[in-house]
Amino acid sequence: MSSQAGPPSSPPLICGKCKVPLEPGKVTASYLGSEFPIELWKCPGCGKVLVPESLATGKMLQVEQALEDK
Amino acid sequence: MDREQVRRWETQCIQEQAPACTAACPVHVDARKLVECAAHGDFKGGLAVLANAVPLPLILAHICDHPCQAQCRRSDAGDAIEINLLERACAEYGSPAPAARPQALKNQKVAVVGGGLSGVAAAVGLATRGYAVTLFEAQPRLLGRMYSMGEDTLPARVIDADLAILKRVGVEVRCDALISRHAGPFGLDALAQDFDALYLAPGPDALGEDALGLARSSEGRIQINSFTMATSQAKVFAGGAQRYAPAPYSPIASLADGNYAAVSIDRFLQGASLSANRDNQGASISRLYVVTKGMTDSPVVNPASSVDGYTREEAQQEAARCIPCQCLECVKVCSYLEEYGSYPKRYVRQIYNNECIVMGVRKANRMINSCTLCGLCTAVCPENLSMADIILSARQGMVQSGKMPPSAHDFAIRDMEFSQSDAFTLARHQPGFDASKTAFLPGCQLSASSPDHVARAYEHLCKTQPGGVGLILECCGAPARWAGNDDKFQAATHSLEAAWSSLGEPRLITACSSCFKTLKEHLPHIPVEPLWPHLSPALLSKEMPDPASLSFAIHDPCSTRGVSEVEGSARTLLGQIGVNVVELNPAGQTTCCGYGGLQLFANPALADKTVARRAAQNDADFVTYCAMCRDRFAHQGKRAIHILDLIFPNGGAGTETTDPAERPDPGFSRRQENRARLKTRLLRDVWAEQEIAMKPSVELLISDDMLKLLEKRMILVEDIRRTIEQAEKTGDKIENPTTGRSLATLRSVCVTYWVEYSAEGSAFAVHNAYSHRMEVR
Repeated sequence: MSSQAGPPSSPPLICGKCKVPLEPGKVTASYLGSEFPIELWKCPGCGKVLVPESLATGKMLQVEQALEDK
Repeated sequence: MDREQVRRWETQCIQEQAPACTAACPVHVDARKLVECAAHGDFKGGLAVLANAVPLPLILAHICDHPCQAQCRRSDAGDAIEINLLERACAEYGSPAPAARPQALKNQKVAVVGGGLSGVAAAVGLATRGYAVTLFEAQPRLLGRMYSMGEDTLPARVIDADLAILKRVGVEVRCDALISRHAGPFGLDALAQDFDALYLAPGPDALGEDALGLARSSEGRIQINSFTMATSQAKVFAGGAQRYAPAPYSPIASLADGNYAAVSIDRFLQGASLSANRDNQGASISRLYVVTKGMTDSPVVNPASSVDGYTREEAQQEAARCIPCQCLECVKVCSYLEEYGSYPKRYVRQIYNNECIVMGVRKANRMINSCTLCGLCTAVCPENLSMADIILSARQGMVQSGKMPPSAHDFAIRDMEFSQSDAFTLARHQPGFDASKTAFLPGCQLSASSPDHVARAYEHLCKTQPGGVGLILECCGAPARWAGNDDKFQAATHSLEAAWSSLGEPRLITACSSCFKTLKEHLPHIPVEPLWPHLSPALLSKEMPDPASLSFAIHDPCSTRGVSEVEGSARTLLGQIGVNVVELNPAGQTTCCGYGGLQLFANPALADKTVARRAAQNDADFVTYCAMCRDRFAHQGKRAIHILDLIFPNGGAGTETTDPAERPDPGFSRRQENRARLKTRLLRDVWAEQEIAMKPSVELLISDDMLKLLEKRMILVEDIRRTIEQAEKTGDKIENPTTGRSLATLRSVCVTYWVEYSAEGSAFAVHNAYSHRMEVR
């Protein structure tokens, strides 16, 4: 599985529950009272969101640590 | 943090104390800095350092009586640094001195009487502060004594060059102006009326009796306050040889009086206190601690020409001999204190400032959470300053105010909570006994590292200790203590106390130094002893290799630093076994393995440095009596055994190797599993209870590389299992038709886990795992 939020041309990822392809969609990431809008792959049916590895161990980690020091 | 306590801590750190040379100088020339400049060939910089404290730097560079040199610590190993000759080299090769920058002009007038070193220094000091200064000298020229010293000692060109400053700062010089020391139109009284303040530096002679009505000594000299240079008349100050006579002439003392007087007159004219905040004025004895033991003797560099002084090269060679004086005893031995590039006095300030931030970034959080709390700094500090106390206080404050970063200690606390859960905890009497005279508390980390050793040590104690030996599997709460979480720590100690009470309050025997320390400090009514004196060598296994062929360097855990009952008994046991033991450090100066203070969790990279530094201290295999230390060395690739590996060979968990020094670090997941298995095994083998099935619900296939990644990312195999289990049960996952793999996710308390996996028969192969703390919706 691609752990990246791949480009739209990449093969579709399927929601295991709804059996429909994930689509890019707006979601909200929140931590310690702060919220950030972000575009990620998500299921148009149940709203299941994919957080790719590169985001979790990269930018998201940086933001988490910055918020923890606020 | 209490502000007064913060100040006391700051004062305790002596790194910013002036070195001995500077402290001995009446005007505190930063000789260490000057010498450092000279060593680099930066003579201009060196002269600037001198000029910063001395208004006539070129003259002083030639004739200073240099009290600094007598205090130079280099003389403990060779000769003192020739500071005065280096000053002279700076004057020779760094001239001209940087120009003074006078402050904005004030409308007050000051008269200085006497054009010697003291008077000129005061005149320059006051003019630089913006006062209109008139300098009266009875002779045809200033600094007559200087000009008479001879060209070899003090060339006239040097004096001329220094005196040029008077013009630059606007001092009005009146030579051939004999001010009568008596009353009258040309006397001091008239001067006192015309000027707002006076500085009298008339040389050593007694004054006329009625001048200004100043109080006199029995010798007829002006009575002068030795600190402020004040006299009995508010606007009149005096100093120089008048004050010191009949003592021999000291150029630096005379000049210092001029400096002090300039400060006092400035304060007087501004209506400020003459004496406030001047504690550091004048020569003193330095508190700076400098280790010179072990330094190679170094002889002074003598100039080829005693008249010309040093050449540039000679000066650089001489300056290079400077130690230079620093304390930094703690920083030298601690990877943590070294990591942040400073020393405790500054760290205390940073920590305090960090706590005071209301809006903004708390930049010191990571620094605060990276200390191992091991106490080595205190052991080596000449003032016994404890960074551990400071850091712990800071962490407790952060937890109490809700400002502790949630991720800093979360994983370690959850690991602790596992050890406090029913999966591990146990408190039982020995089978066949309804009371326990003794109870064995192995500690959660020995149970995690080598459960077989726990079982065999318990069996041994049951056989050798009378009156029944109970067993307590508990965590003492040390991780919560280190995290600054007092609530969780107290809950843990209460739980341990309750387990002890449930067994009838027996004496405890522990195999864990952290448990020992926690009990001694926080549950002092519970009698506790280390395990080591109770392992009689008579019972040593016959499987042991010839002990005399074994040689180890001994590593003491930091928790029981300097506790002879523990450190001594471990050595006694090793002696009884007959292995050769090498000491790694002076008594009481062991280092941490990087686990202490939860450094491993808050700053894993630094924890690796900490353990690597220790491991590199000796090529021999290490022997220790802390399971966590042993595993940290194993993690680092350093061959290390636990003392129990010698008593109960082949006892390490999950290893095929018979070489205990090769036993790998079990890792976080295995540690928890080992604890759980230990309890099950003991219940089965010792108390004959039916074994609880520990068969995992989901079978996982995880490569060694993947295990390493999980370890690094602090993700437990159990977390992986729960994540996949839920995905398979609910279908809540993301599928990749191309690879045939699934991506499962699970939010557990405050962490979201992601696991990429695929079905392999009835098992699941784990291909990747990561986590984040943010919630995404």
